[in-house]
Amino acid sequence: MYDLKHDEKVCATCPSADCLLKCQYMEFEQDEAHEEMMKLIRGEDCRVLHECITCYGCEEYCRRGNHPFYLICERREEMGILTAPRPITNQWINMTQMQGKQKVGAVKERVMSFCFLPQLPLMGSGEIFKDLGWSFVFGAEFMCPAVHTHFAKMSVVKERLPQVLENFSELGVKEVICMHDECYGTYTSIAPAYGMEVPFRPIHYMDYLYDRLEELRDRIRLLNIRAVYQRPCSSRLSPQKLHRVGEIFRMIGVELVEREYQGENALCCGEIPRAIAGFRAASDIQRRNIQDMVDAGAQYCVFNCPACQTTLSERVVKFGLKPVHLIELCKMALGEIEMED
Amino acid sequence: MDRILQSLIDIVGEKAVSNHAEEIWYYARDPGVMPPHEPDYVVAPRTTEEVQRIVQLANRERIPIVPMGNGMALTGLVIPLKGGIVLDMKRMDRILEVNERGRYVIVEGGTSQGKLKSYLEDHYPHLRHSIPDAPAATTIAANVAIHGQGRLTQQYGFNSDMVTGLEVVLPTGEVCRIGSCSMGPYWFSKGPTLPDLSGLFLGWLGTTGIITKVGIRLYPRKKMRDVEIFVTDRDDLVADIVYRVTHTEMVEDITVWFQPKPLMFKDNNHITIYLTGDTDEELEFKRLMIWDALREFIDSKDGGFMSVQPLKPMLLEMPQRGIAAFADVPKGGGFEYSGPITLVDQYPMYAEKVKQLASKYNVVYAGTARIISGGHAMMFGISFAFNRADPDMIDRVRRAVHEATEFALDLGGIPWKPNIHEQKLAMERMDPNTLRLMKMIKQNLDPQGIMNPGNWEVG
Repeated sequence: MYDLKHDEKVCATCPSADCLLKCQYMEFEQDEAHEEMMKLIRGEDCRVLHECITCYGCEEYCRRGNHPFYLICERREEMGILTAPRPITNQWINMTQMQGKQKVGAVKERVMSFCFLPQLPLMGSGEIFKDLGWSFVFGAEFMCPAVHTHFAKMSVVKERLPQVLENFSELGVKEVICMHDECYGTYTSIAPAYGMEVPFRPIHYMDYLYDRLEELRDRIRLLNIRAVYQRPCSSRLSPQKLHRVGEIFRMIGVELVEREYQGENALCCGEIPRAIAGFRAASDIQRRNIQDMVDAGAQYCVFNCPACQTTLSERVVKFGLKPVHLIELCKMALGEIEMED
Repeated sequence: MDRILQSLIDIVGEKAVSNHAEEIWYYARDPGVMPPHEPDYVVAPRTTEEVQRIVQLANRERIPIVPMGNGMALTGLVIPLKGGIVLDMKRMDRILEVNERGRYVIVEGGTSQGKLKSYLEDHYPHLRHSIPDAPAATTIAANVAIHGQGRLTQQYGFNSDMVTGLEVVLPTGEVCRIGSCSMGPYWFSKGPTLPDLSGLFLGWLGTTGIITKVGIRLYPRKKMRDVEIFVTDRDDLVADIVYRVTHTEMVEDITVWFQPKPLMFKDNNHITIYLTGDTDEELEFKRLMIWDALREFIDSKDGGFMSVQPLKPMLLEMPQRGIAAFADVPKGGGFEYSGPITLVDQYPMYAEKVKQLASKYNVVYAGTARIISGGHAMMFGISFAFNRADPDMIDRVRRAVHEATEFALDLGGIPWKPNIHEQKLAMERMDPNTLRLMKMIKQNLDPQGIMNPGNWEVG
């Protein structure tokens, strides 16, 4: 079994306790935050075990790479604490089970992973992805199991992730373009945190997009629009890629408007908190987030994660914003998708 | 030429009568598991007068006559068990009147659910009727005649409770109006405050007359409609959850369902809750009330609201087409169910029985309960899919459905749109005086026994 690489001395000597101090959803004084983490390390009951809504933010706030979020999840599971209702937790475990129904295209050394998100195969098309052809994989067999961290089921992550890595290994792929941000976070954060060897080089789709747009620069039609970026929870596992959003926006003529809930302060889409913290909490997060987008004067709400897009699209439309995935936005700049009036 | 055939042609014209093998084959069966039986003639009248003349002919010649809507009841109710004439009502499909302020509509006896839905959407966008989860071609008159249910059943009862008047051709050929329309031009009440004679025709499965016109209530159509699904893995909590949701008086429709596949549905009961509103604020207020009503189950982690956004297009369809997908799980597109009406409290026993039967007969199952009148009762659909090309599987499903009905009746339930075997089971359990009353009514209305013979036959 894989064990989390967590060094309690790193937390014990932490001068900031930023992991909890910066939390968007729980309030702590500095001493309190530090003590809370120490209780967690000692395996004692503490607030965070019951109040954390699993935004992944602490993984980013911890500058020392000590994986506070994974520790919270581990402790919750050890103590039998469910984050969401039991039938919801089990529903996620059941629906993501490997059943041998994966789709594997004409796989080359470089392959696109559509994870297990039905929206992604349609996106991985057109001029941007032309060179990859039918080199793709899709299905539970290639799904990053990070979603189970929301439900404190690290045992599921530890059971399934090695199998996913093995499935890739059997295909003999060298590079995997992660079309789902969370896949990239899984291979570059969760896998090493548990000492799992990743048998390929994960490439974040935003890096791929950026490189392709460079190559296609003469075909880009500047969009001249103002947009906000809805940062997903998974992006907290790979904050080093956040800069790509601004770079891609600049390249295609999209102004990334400043707002309160961006960068480290980003608010989650609200779907998981709905299951964990309830309707009022999720509504409050969504209301504040969308009002912030509107106040910033954005025309478009740009998504990285298809799940966030599914959750928030209907709501942002009601506030006059146009929802679009980052890949679709790039296709708009290349004239492959019509811009809405 | 056959004398009867010529008489029918004289009434409705050559194109509306057939005794050709291809039509006889088609009208001999329905999509369920009941064995077929051929009629001698198929007739498609256009007017009440034509229906009346056909019935008079059938009386003179003592020929059985079976009125048929779209024939989708699945329990063989329009299979002509003793041959004779199948009266296909689908050409009588005019929408005769909408009384907007009185919120009712009068339609002919063969008007389909889909036609009325489209008509109201185009001409009266503030009004709607209670659409069943059956194909759009099923008819309104047949639906009320079998005590069907629909999207508004949770709020307003069986679709037959929404009837506001009937025009019926009696088995002896007289045309009779039932309710306020028997005294004047308005179709606002099927009975009250008069003796409610609609009960002589509703639920009798076409054995006491032919509905040629029907008035039904219309209801407000709100601008928005949304859906939530509350899931729990505990069968024993379902009745309490339904009780608390219905207490809010905030919901349009409630269905409860469970099925083993796809895997995301495994081991959970799904309580689908539909909401309507004219504004976002109204909708959100109702949603909040429902969440609060179920707070205890969420806090105990026994239940919670699942993500529904990706499923919404399917869930918000009217009628829903999910049943067709279920029917094709074993391939071959067959689907049959027993749908007894019973108390919501009995949900756990029914849920267990469905799984037992599926295991015993090795068939694919789904369980669905539709809540009736704020929880006064439920229709519990014990459903099995089958391959139409597999006679053995069809037989296993037939036996499973039969056992399901026996189970339901033993628990005090009553059968919905029962096939002839289920009717016998029901009559065996019925109070003798009730049976005698039924026999008295039937004999008086249909002295020659020509109407849909074989059904509701009291020995």
